[in-house]
Amino acid sequence: MSTLLEVKNLKTHFFSKNKVFPVVDGLDFNVKKGETLAIVGESGSGKSITSLSIMGLVPKPGGKTVAGEIIFDGTDLLSLSENEMYKVRGNDIAMIFQEPMTSLNPVLTIGEQITEVLIYHKKISKKEARQRAVDLLKIVGFARAEEILDDYPHRLSGGMRQRVMIAMAMSCDPKLLIADEPTTALDVTVQAQILELMKDLSHKFDSSIILITHDLGVVAELADRVLVMYAGQVVEESEIVQLFDNPLHPYTQGLLGSVPKINEEQERLSSIGGNVPSPDNFPKGCRFSTRCPHVMEKCIENQPDLIEVYPGRKSRCFLHEEGDS
Amino acid sequence: MGKPELNLPNEKGEKRIEQTLGKRRSLLSIIVAKFLQNKLAVFGLIMLTIIVGTALLAPWIAPHDPDFQNLRNRLAAPSGEFLLGTDHLGRDILSRLLYGGRVSLFVGFVAMVGAVTIGTTVGAVAGYFGGLVDAFLMRLVDIIISFPNIFLLITLVAVLEPSLDKLIMVFAFLSWTGTARLVRGEFLTLKKREFVLAARTIGMSNTKIIFGQILPSAMGPVIVAATLAVGGFILAESALSFLGLGVQPPTSTWGNMLTYSQSVTIFRTAWWYPTFPGVMILLTVLSFNFVGDGLRDALDPRVIEK
Repeated sequence: MSTLLEVKNLKTHFFSKNKVFPVVDGLDFNVKKGETLAIVGESGSGKSITSLSIMGLVPKPGGKTVAGEIIFDGTDLLSLSENEMYKVRGNDIAMIFQEPMTSLNPVLTIGEQITEVLIYHKKISKKEARQRAVDLLKIVGFARAEEILDDYPHRLSGGMRQRVMIAMAMSCDPKLLIADEPTTALDVTVQAQILELMKDLSHKFDSSIILITHDLGVVAELADRVLVMYAGQVVEESEIVQLFDNPLHPYTQGLLGSVPKINEEQERLSSIGGNVPSPDNFPKGCRFSTRCPHVMEKCIENQPDLIEVYPGRKSRCFLHEEGDS
Repeated sequence: MGKPELNLPNEKGEKRIEQTLGKRRSLLSIIVAKFLQNKLAVFGLIMLTIIVGTALLAPWIAPHDPDFQNLRNRLAAPSGEFLLGTDHLGRDILSRLLYGGRVSLFVGFVAMVGAVTIGTTVGAVAGYFGGLVDAFLMRLVDIIISFPNIFLLITLVAVLEPSLDKLIMVFAFLSWTGTARLVRGEFLTLKKREFVLAARTIGMSNTKIIFGQILPSAMGPVIVAATLAVGGFILAESALSFLGLGVQPPTSTWGNMLTYSQSVTIFRTAWWYPTFPGVMILLTVLSFNFVGDGLRDALDPRVIEK
């Protein structure tokens, strides 16, 4: 499989009067064509800012991508002008959000919102766009698509709105879909529908997906590969099955340990003590050192590198170095 | 694909939603229904329809030539021939009121369109982009608000020859600030909504987001402000014309028809001369205010989104 997106040393920092917040700090990863990559991490680990950096929509004022390359299909997105980015967004890369209740414009009909994207990117007539919108809504499972087209968002349930968002995102046949916590705000039963729909569509449209989530159940359901983020950095990168079988990094072990298991009896769920450190106050050494059960002296002073422990599996921890030597 | 069909809500489910939420109603029909519940607003709308209608039809329904003078018939009391009496030059007051209404309403509407256009654009740009742009535009607003309007108007009109288009321009340039602040405030909150970010992720340009995505949500308060502004401009024009600084005779407006009522003799002997133009101004401005209030309730988004 060829590489669709390659992110190299991405750094997106936020600036206040006299402080720098390195929210995303030196990120390297790639997404292959047709693959689903999950980015997992706690709140504050920099997942969402990573996705906004790829879109070139880092919140301003305050945020700025200060270094790195985002090579998408051969071009560095960071070198494109705002006008060139307009053509990439929605057309080549689309995005869906956590809150389906607020990500549709309440005063425009569903039809107006979907056709607008199509008319803008595909330069087709209103009539064609409407027909295409009907097709799209049918694909995402609306039986009476024509009628939904003339409805305002307030008439739809959360799951229905998320399906509209997916239809909108897929409308221009994007090569990459970024889904930022697409199921977090939905009921469990609806979550399963949406995940199944996304899986189905990514095959049908042959697009890659970056799935951002903190829900490891969602990851297991959908992803091919997983990137575990902690405090703005990748701490582990792995194939999905291997990650669940044998997590390498102590943080990943902690994350998996905090998921309830159906076939084991547990008195209490284990949890990782403490919180993600604030970006203006990251530890000098390993960023996980303040919460790590295996913390050693050198972890406090030095930052470990992300090293390839097994083929295709990387981890950022000194424990692996010791094991090798 | 040998996979089972997606387990998605079916037609039956969508029907059920229809039943729970009631029949689909367009946004417009909801607004109209809400507006019609307000009796005063409906009264205002009917009054305005009559006033605007008769003003537009003035050339056909006016009983006399509004500028025809008959000095032998000065200050005649209302009678069968002159329904509302005549003025100090023997002109028919009813005809002059009808023609005057065209000018007064024209000033009100055009000045409103000008002020609202400038105000909405400035407010939208300031609120959406924020930062330095916002700071600059809002200081400009502060400066214009600090102008002593009435003196400025009087001075300007005294220096420049008073005329209809100058009057309208001065009105528009001095009174867009309220709308600008209003729209800016709306944009400050609306731009943080997730649908704006969603619109940006599908590649919409800033211009399209401002005018296509955010402005429709901010239109409610703007329409209300615009309606109230028409009444305000009619009052302002009347006041200036009353002082002889507005629209000049022989063109009649409701304001300059009151000018001669300043004379005590006329006020005492010919009650009909000041009364009817005064009543027209009062009724029109009152109607605009009623309609504005009605629209404010009908367009309240909290009511619509339910």
